[in-house]
Amino acid sequence: MKTLIATSLLALLAASPSLANKAFVSNERGNTITVVDTDTWEVIQEFDGGNRPRGITLSPDGSKLYVCASDDNLVRVFDTETYRELESLPSGPDPELFVIDPTGRHLYIANEDDNLVTVTDTETRTVLAEVPVGVEPEGMAISPDAKWVVNTSETTNMAHFISTEDYKIYHNVLVDQRPRYAQYTDDGTRLFVSAEIGGTVSVMDIAPDGTPTLVEKISFEVPGVLPEWLQPVGIKITSDGSRIFVALGPANRVAVIDGETLEVLDYIIVGQRVWQLDFTPDEAFLLTTNGNSNDITIIDVAAEKAIKSVQVGQQPWGVVVTPN
Amino acid sequence: MVQSLPSYLQPDKRYRLQFGSILPGISARSPTFQSGRREVIVRQIIAPLLAVLVCVGLAGHASALDVKAAVLRIDYPRLLPISRYDLRPDDLGFAGAMLADEDNGTTGTFLGHTYETQQIAVPPEEADAALEQILADGIRLIVVMAEGRDLLRLTDRAAQDDALILNATAPEASLRSEECRASLLHIAPSNLMLADAIAQFSVWKKWDEWFLVSGSNFADTSLADAYRRAARKFGLKIVEERVFADTGGSRRTDSGHVLVQRQLPTFTQGAKRHDVLIAADGTDYFARYLPYHLSLPRPVMGSAGLRPVTFHAAHEAWGTSQYQSRFEALSGRYAHAEDYNVWLALRVIGEAVTRASTVDAQAIRDYALSDAFELAAFKGQKVTFRDWNGQMRQPILLYDGMITVSVSPQEGFLHQVSPLDTLGLDRPETECTSFN
Repeated sequence: MKTLIATSLLALLAASPSLANKAFVSNERGNTITVVDTDTWEVIQEFDGGNRPRGITLSPDGSKLYVCASDDNLVRVFDTETYRELESLPSGPDPELFVIDPTGRHLYIANEDDNLVTVTDTETRTVLAEVPVGVEPEGMAISPDAKWVVNTSETTNMAHFISTEDYKIYHNVLVDQRPRYAQYTDDGTRLFVSAEIGGTVSVMDIAPDGTPTLVEKISFEVPGVLPEWLQPVGIKITSDGSRIFVALGPANRVAVIDGETLEVLDYIIVGQRVWQLDFTPDEAFLLTTNGNSNDITIIDVAAEKAIKSVQVGQQPWGVVVTPN
Repeated sequence: MVQSLPSYLQPDKRYRLQFGSILPGISARSPTFQSGRREVIVRQIIAPLLAVLVCVGLAGHASALDVKAAVLRIDYPRLLPISRYDLRPDDLGFAGAMLADEDNGTTGTFLGHTYETQQIAVPPEEADAALEQILADGIRLIVVMAEGRDLLRLTDRAAQDDALILNATAPEASLRSEECRASLLHIAPSNLMLADAIAQFSVWKKWDEWFLVSGSNFADTSLADAYRRAARKFGLKIVEERVFADTGGSRRTDSGHVLVQRQLPTFTQGAKRHDVLIAADGTDYFARYLPYHLSLPRPVMGSAGLRPVTFHAAHEAWGTSQYQSRFEALSGRYAHAEDYNVWLALRVIGEAVTRASTVDAQAIRDYALSDAFELAAFKGQKVTFRDWNGQMRQPILLYDGMITVSVSPQEGFLHQVSPLDTLGLDRPETECTSFN
């Protein structure tokens, strides 16, 4: 009987080469990772994620899941098929957010407590460099050509541009209070930085040599919502650059911004205290983590509407979706 | 004593609970949102200026700035506190200054700015000489930890040399009203803000009837005034008031709890029906003994039980864990509210220096009071200054001695400028004219 089921399952798997993608959600309070099927939007698994899992990302091939286990002071690595913990990586203390380079070899980690960005080699599992940055580093972005890593420091209020060649800072740009997140456009010509307490998103033009120029600050305004609660955090941009989505924290909304005019077109109501976002690989859907309602909201990107919410673990923080 | 309140302060007018406020049905044409729009416009003007500033920085032409400040702390002769947890560390406030120098200095490394803050502790009789020395050293940015009357005298002297004073500890309402000074900014919340924070929570809980027990010293009676005013402002009723007289002596004795356990139920006996006891003890001689020793089983708020504070070492929300870690690594102890206030005062200076590229005390003051100023201070929203009396707007934490129980302003208390202005003296109430 067992053999029969196994065989049928194998047959089923073989018959459907376009496997459903998986969304991994880190639950900061629950200390777990929730796995959601992006076809059925059903929770298929919840597993132990270490202490206080926050930042979450994948290796470029989608086989490994990296989780900042903040209270364990390390990055935990999980197999995305078996959910077994494979290893852990040195991260420096209190890792919160990180980016992985396109080769999957280097992780750039923000260490909030130490005013450092730590560069970790994912294969040798060693620390390659520690870059001193401003106070309370948090947001991390990597340019599409992988030449620049941007870190935002929440108390210094700057975006620091670190060269991946020599790990030195070449540019510092002042932004508004408490910058949380940074995101390049796919063509690398623009960078967006959210300032949670300042309530703005700073827009920088990026020259071919990587030099940033601050060109605009996007503000938000929602009738009936106190301006104090419009706190931008997570940012995702469609690959064609036409739409920018910004999570607005306790305003319980995701702002939709025109990539050309930089005007806010709409606010999509989602769950409570929305912080991080990720697209499905086809960009059909955008997933939001809602820390105070313990769910994720699924947004139909083309329709710019929330279509569903899925209960996950306690206080979801970050989300990442496997590639095709 | 506060006289009967003008109509704009009557309960159920401006300060009433409006739970529907987060729903889209409430008009967006309220003054609150007009003010929001103005801010947007201001930002749009500032953005190009910032870009210029940044470009200058990138081109390496930013002028190096050396920011010199001082913290002047007056150490008054005081009895030991009731609880050992309230003992004052020798570096009280100064540890906050050290952290601020580190934080400002880290930012400064990217801009060519350095920060150095002197720390001076003196007995009251040496305070004036200490200020003279600070001024003689060319320092014009001074954080003062002193009682109100000393603070005013020092401020007036410093003003002759165009120095800016930042008040880190004195809570008296008068300093923000008839006794205000143009060169004096208040980082410490006022008694009125603290009392209003408790009153709003009381409204939220529907604990409408207060039994007010106050001490007999000046600091106690001025705190009691603040609670009376808060009760009127938010439509709460003080059903009974008693004074617990300060008869001197030490504040705790070996096995003194035996006597306390017999005295306090008797003291609180027979009070009219009340929901909560509000303690006004600005000198820390009796309030700590109140919880569990009342005649009736009632919660205590104010100077004991649930206390309104600007900061405490267990506060973690809004990224504060990082502040606590940095502070503890540097000082080897937990942060006190005074440390946070001094840190915040110097962060105000740091933020003004960073954004306005100046070390001039007057220019820093003007920037801090301008619409452009905003600062993240681990309280979930930006802190700014009231440009009519120099008071920093800030949320108040309600603390039970272990954790943050709640944060005021409470949800639903609205204001046309900022919900933070539901705490303390509002523009129409202040008698301050120095900022006009």
